[in-house]
Amino acid sequence: MARIAGVDIPDKKRGEIALTYIYGIGRSSARTILAKAGISVDKKVLEWNDEESGAIRRIIGEDFKTEGVLRSEVQMSIKRLMDIGCYRGLRHRKGLPVRGQRTKNNSRTRKGKRKTIANKKKVTK
Amino acid sequence: MARSLKKGPYIDYRLMGKIVIQNQSGKKSVIKTWSRRSMISPDFIGHTFAVHNGNKFIPVYVTENMVGHKLGEFSPTRNFRGHVAKKDKGKR
Repeated sequence: MARIAGVDIPDKKRGEIALTYIYGIGRSSARTILAKAGISVDKKVLEWNDEESGAIRRIIGEDFKTEGVLRSEVQMSIKRLMDIGCYRGLRHRKGLPVRGQRTKNNSRTRKGKRKTIANKKKVTK
Repeated sequence: MARSLKKGPYIDYRLMGKIVIQNQSGKKSVIKTWSRRSMISPDFIGHTFAVHNGNKFIPVYVTENMVGHKLGEFSPTRNFRGHVAKKDKGKR
């Protein structure tokens, strides 16, 4: 079990995939990291030696914002939007889609589970 | 799509003029504007704008954090009061 960037313990997978278990690292940045460390993308995490994983740790520490730091940065940006009272901030406050999507239907990710209104009349002709 | 950097931020010409005058004379009064599309530039900080929302003018006091946003973002055009609580007649 390798331990990189604090809490994450990806294992048994190819380095490219395993690194994406870290918050803030996707496929693309995983590739850049491995390329920079000079490790093959197909190499499994188990096969890394100490030197290689050390190099990866160093690169992530220097060039990437991950986990807690990144999360708090995102939260700060959202909080800034809410504090200045702009439209995007208002949408965040209300828990509605921020980027102009429709809200007549769908957008359940933002709105959460459906709240059924009791006794809502069916329209009958 | 984002605006081309080559052009620089869009600020209404006459609005900018008013700001410049106010900055020079050092006094600050509310500026009425319909120009919701104008970007807030650092010169605007500390001024108060009355931004039209299609119905009335919403006072917006510009702070440092707002730089880079548009004036219209601070003057909501829709007013959602919530749905009708319950339909008349019938059992609840």
